[in-house]
Amino acid sequence: MKRKPKFVLPTKYILLILTCVCVLAMLLSFTLNISGGPLNSAAGYVFIPMQRGINAVGGWISEKSDSLKQLNDVMKENEELKRKVDELTTELNTLTLEQYELENLRDLFELDQKYPSYEKIAANVIGKVSGNWFSNFTIDKGSNDGIEVDMNVIAGSGLVGIVTDVGPNYSTISSIINDTNKVSGMVTTTSDNLVVSGSLQSMSERMVIEFSDLNDSDGEVAVGDPVVTSYISDKYQQGILIGYISSIEMDSNNLTKSGTITPAVDFEHIQEVLVIRNKKQQTKE
Amino acid sequence: MRRKIIVSIIIAICYLLQSTLFQRLAFASISPNLLIIVVSAFGFMRGKKEGMFIGFFCGLLLDIFGGRILGMYALLYMYIGYLNGRFRKLFYPEDIKLPMLLIAGSDIACNLLIYFFLFLFRNRYDFRFYLLHIMVPELVYTMVVTIFLYALILDINQRLEVIEKRSATKFV
Repeated sequence: MKRKPKFVLPTKYILLILTCVCVLAMLLSFTLNISGGPLNSAAGYVFIPMQRGINAVGGWISEKSDSLKQLNDVMKENEELKRKVDELTTELNTLTLEQYELENLRDLFELDQKYPSYEKIAANVIGKVSGNWFSNFTIDKGSNDGIEVDMNVIAGSGLVGIVTDVGPNYSTISSIINDTNKVSGMVTTTSDNLVVSGSLQSMSERMVIEFSDLNDSDGEVAVGDPVVTSYISDKYQQGILIGYISSIEMDSNNLTKSGTITPAVDFEHIQEVLVIRNKKQQTKE
Repeated sequence: MRRKIIVSIIIAICYLLQSTLFQRLAFASISPNLLIIVVSAFGFMRGKKEGMFIGFFCGLLLDIFGGRILGMYALLYMYIGYLNGRFRKLFYPEDIKLPMLLIAGSDIACNLLIYFFLFLFRNRYDFRFYLLHIMVPELVYTMVVTIFLYALILDINQRLEVIEKRSATKFV
């Protein structure tokens, strides 16, 4: 004899309900910029320590395997390096000249005072989450360490991206090479403004990102010019290095120019980043 | 209950591996999609309902840590799990062709939808590029991982089913 089963909601209806929940969540996060909330903290406390652990182990293993590999490659590299030394010495000479020029320009733009005075906080990259379509990182510092949404993130000397989501012990960063991201930048040599937009396609084909809307009527902007974040950006601090112009061409309207920028940061191998704790809005006040 | 705990552990492990280890093992900056294997496999092994729930939670995990929009991946993965569940009647543990086909199909469908909604809508028309540089490499890498991961999941599932059957007969 079978007992009469309890009333079970058919799968179809559960699917429908969950679909509604998802759509509602999407609409809410679109309109109100709400993200996760308690879900964030719960998930953060479960996964972040484990990710940190795996990363520590992974780092150790890759270090060991790297050192083995290096042993084999060392001979080959040595020859190559000797050749490179000659190349680099000549390059260094030109770079010292450029450095001198850059310092002059920094004084001109008063970047020198602004850039180092930002309060920074160091964090480790512990995971890259969102599959192959986007370039978002998780870092191991969150609201407990004073990180907030919209803080700028740099690595070395270049701009990495912006904090989009914060949990208690982690935060996610959307990098500037992300297909959906746009940054308003400025060419330091001529202080012309332009729009830098990440592009999956040009990034994976040529390791560059695109820029557009450069209004350079005198034609003074040249390949190799550094591009920094512009003062008109409402989220990015002024004067953070984005990259160097690698190609430039006139648009079909004959007024503006567009082209590509080589990012200053090596996005394939980011391990440590610095989060700038001053937000743009705060500095305005 | 036992099943729920074990499945959550599998999801957690796959997510952790996907976000850390396999990012380091990426070929040409493409990494495999482990969660889609889990969602798809449990879908056709266990049916619509379980596939749906597992898909929902896997997607939610990706949403929390990955995207700006909460619920998008949850929706996508939930439907993938649900649709895979419709193939349960065709599934036999000995047959490897159907699982491989379904997992491949799920991965491609997932990527096509992401391309369609997040890239095509923003005037990225070069479909050929995205197909050849993102979707196909990810598919190949995912299928290579599937060979190992699927065998593991299948084995775990069969053990669980044996245990469940045993405890079910005990109480009747």
